[in-house]
Amino acid sequence: MLEKALNGGKRYWTLIFILLGISAVGFFTYLYQLKTGLGITGMSRDVSWGFYVGQFTFLVGVAASAVMLVIPYYLHNYKKFSKIVILGEFLAVSAVTMCLLFIFVDMGQPMRIFNVIIHPTPHSILFWDAIVLNGYLFLNIVIGWNTLQAEIKEVPPPKWVKALVYVSVPWAVSIHTVTAFIYAGLPGREFWLTAIMAARFLASAFAAGPALLIILAMIIRKYTKFDPGYEPIQSVAKIVAYAMCVNFFFILLELFTALYSNIPGHVLPFKYLFFGINGHMRLVPLMWLSIFFSLFAIFLLVWPPTRRNETTMLFACIIGFISLWIDKGFGLVIGGFIPNPFEKVFEYWPTFPELVITIGVYAVGFLVLTILYKVAVSIREQQAESGSEPVH
Amino acid sequence: MYDGGKIIAGIIIFLAFALFPFYSNIGKADIKPPKPSLDTPVIKALKVKKCVEPEQYMRESHMQLLIKWRDSALRHAKRVYVNSNGEEYVISLQKTCLRCHSNRSEFCDRCHKYADVDPYCWDCHFSKAKQEEQR
Amino acid sequence: MSINRREFLKYAGLTCIGVGVGGAQLFVTRVKPAFSDFKPADYALKAKRWAIVIDLRKFKTEEDYKKVIEACHSIHNVPDFGDDKQHEIKWIWTEDFEHSFPHQQNKFIPKTVEEKPVLLLCNHCTYAPCTRVCPTKATFKRPDGITAQDYHRCIGCRFCMAACPYGARSFNWLDPRPHIRHVNPEFPTRTPGVVEKCNFCVERLDLGKGPACVEASEGKMMYGDLADPNSEIRRYLDENFSIRRKPELGTQPAVFYIIGGEEDA
Repeated sequence: MLEKALNGGKRYWTLIFILLGISAVGFFTYLYQLKTGLGITGMSRDVSWGFYVGQFTFLVGVAASAVMLVIPYYLHNYKKFSKIVILGEFLAVSAVTMCLLFIFVDMGQPMRIFNVIIHPTPHSILFWDAIVLNGYLFLNIVIGWNTLQAEIKEVPPPKWVKALVYVSVPWAVSIHTVTAFIYAGLPGREFWLTAIMAARFLASAFAAGPALLIILAMIIRKYTKFDPGYEPIQSVAKIVAYAMCVNFFFILLELFTALYSNIPGHVLPFKYLFFGINGHMRLVPLMWLSIFFSLFAIFLLVWPPTRRNETTMLFACIIGFISLWIDKGFGLVIGGFIPNPFEKVFEYWPTFPELVITIGVYAVGFLVLTILYKVAVSIREQQAESGSEPVH
Repeated sequence: MYDGGKIIAGIIIFLAFALFPFYSNIGKADIKPPKPSLDTPVIKALKVKKCVEPEQYMRESHMQLLIKWRDSALRHAKRVYVNSNGEEYVISLQKTCLRCHSNRSEFCDRCHKYADVDPYCWDCHFSKAKQEEQR
Repeated sequence: MSINRREFLKYAGLTCIGVGVGGAQLFVTRVKPAFSDFKPADYALKAKRWAIVIDLRKFKTEEDYKKVIEACHSIHNVPDFGDDKQHEIKWIWTEDFEHSFPHQQNKFIPKTVEEKPVLLLCNHCTYAPCTRVCPTKATFKRPDGITAQDYHRCIGCRFCMAACPYGARSFNWLDPRPHIRHVNPEFPTRTPGVVEKCNFCVERLDLGKGPACVEASEGKMMYGDLADPNSEIRRYLDENFSIRRKPELGTQPAVFYIIGGEEDA
């Protein structure tokens, strides 16, 4: 099946080589980081996690969001998703790959990574995160691969694949819940110490992931002969609209608890993020941009005429995605560290090498995605030519 | 044979990679077994010249012993080692091992180089040579 | 005899396992010493629950603090990054009262107390969040209450730094060695990429000596066994009102502060 990824046009190979090139630049920058230490990043004694962990957290959400296509299709027999559910599964594979890479590049002693397995520690949330993330990667590869293979042979996929699909639904929820628990159980980090952290993570994930999926589906429609169709994309857009509303509601809940209780530890991170503290306001413009984009995207997706218009809908997905990326990939992690345990402010901003490594990891992820999508799209194109529908 | 040229080219490229460790080391290997030196002032002054365990064991398994020592001292607060003869030694890489074996480059490094291993002890612990360099 | 592909793969797999297991034997059989044992030294200091009392009333001059910090940082090879706050590493340091006890906000405490530097170090909490989150047990609780850190095992994930409510942990962002002014060759340095912090001088306790900071404080600090009701430290805590940092988090810090008032400044 992978041979389909070796048969592409000029545009396909150009994309592959551009992504390979960016990954290579990222890799060599990483070697520099490995040699010099994480001191080449903007992280500090006070803000000890930064951009890498932010991207990791955000992408766990993107990975988990595959379940938003799996549930309607497999549990509610919503046939319109039959052609695009594979796109969600392969997006999950690519996102989890990036997650694992971001954890890896964030480690001070990456060659000791197997200590996590040699000395298993069930009271550490990271131990469980390693298990659920690797399990989810495995599940999505096996499910995606076998359903596609069955489609080529025009037979229904084997029964055990269906069983794995059912397992993958709670598993998707688990990856983002466990990731939220990394933050939500730490005494003294009041910004993260909130019971709705996991719920908020899931809401923002179920908005950001499907929004990205719509963007990708539009790109595929433009450049290949595979058309995911108008209606399935409209359904996904409705999912994005609902999830964005819920996510925004959760943010308001957080604001109420923090501001009405007026407990300094809860108020100060929000104050830092949206107004700055004592003139330290590096994140302020980004956070307001995120709020503005969120509201605008919600408006465009909820109001039927702009949702039904694919141009405005796509625009809404793009700004919604950016908004959620700022909120989770940036604000959430950094906000938890500012102010520090002494209620002092030490700011953070990623450095150039840090950004290059980040972009390098994204390039690897998109390389995986491109190859997997190429396989899936080739099969869809064949089906479109022969006029057959996927059998399930 | 279909695509014979491509297959043969592929086999050659594969062999070039697979055999890389062999041909890249031709003529480089120092086949003489290393002779770690015991010629240090502390060892010379010893009446009975022996290590904490028999020579053969130390040669083959000092790394396992060091790991046991490390975990015992650091994780279990037991800093005395009772050897197979019932003799007691203080567990300390710097104060016990390296007090006698103060000649890292003639003792440790010779074998490590021969076996092409690069233990990370010295990233944190000081060898005598490093101490002098720092002063 | 002809075999199909499936059978060939089966046999090939079995052969590989056999060769692998056989080969592994070569590495497993080694000379073993007849008997060996590990035990604590007779002269090691032992306790059920180590703790430190810092009597801030007795700290008068800047020199008093400096001596303590210098004693710790020099014997443990703690690097000095100067003004580089981003990469700094510290085991024991000072912070003003207001920021040391941020939940004790009170505008009306004596001015002298408000401006008084407080010595900060790892609290060696009974319920230490850092050891709870560590994925490799690189940081762990010793039975005597000390929160220890195993630099050999640390993978540098920095989860413990996020978990510590006291900002007691530092990460080696860069190679520390060029930044150590006077090397103590008896104690190792750290490697880039691991987290470090105060170790309650375990290396000294195990050799029968008390923590270096307490020794250098010349009576301004005290260490002892909290679990022993007759210990000096318990009597001192009985007689003097003490506070701890962020007690509401339930971590049960083992570092006690005696603050005093205007007349002690």
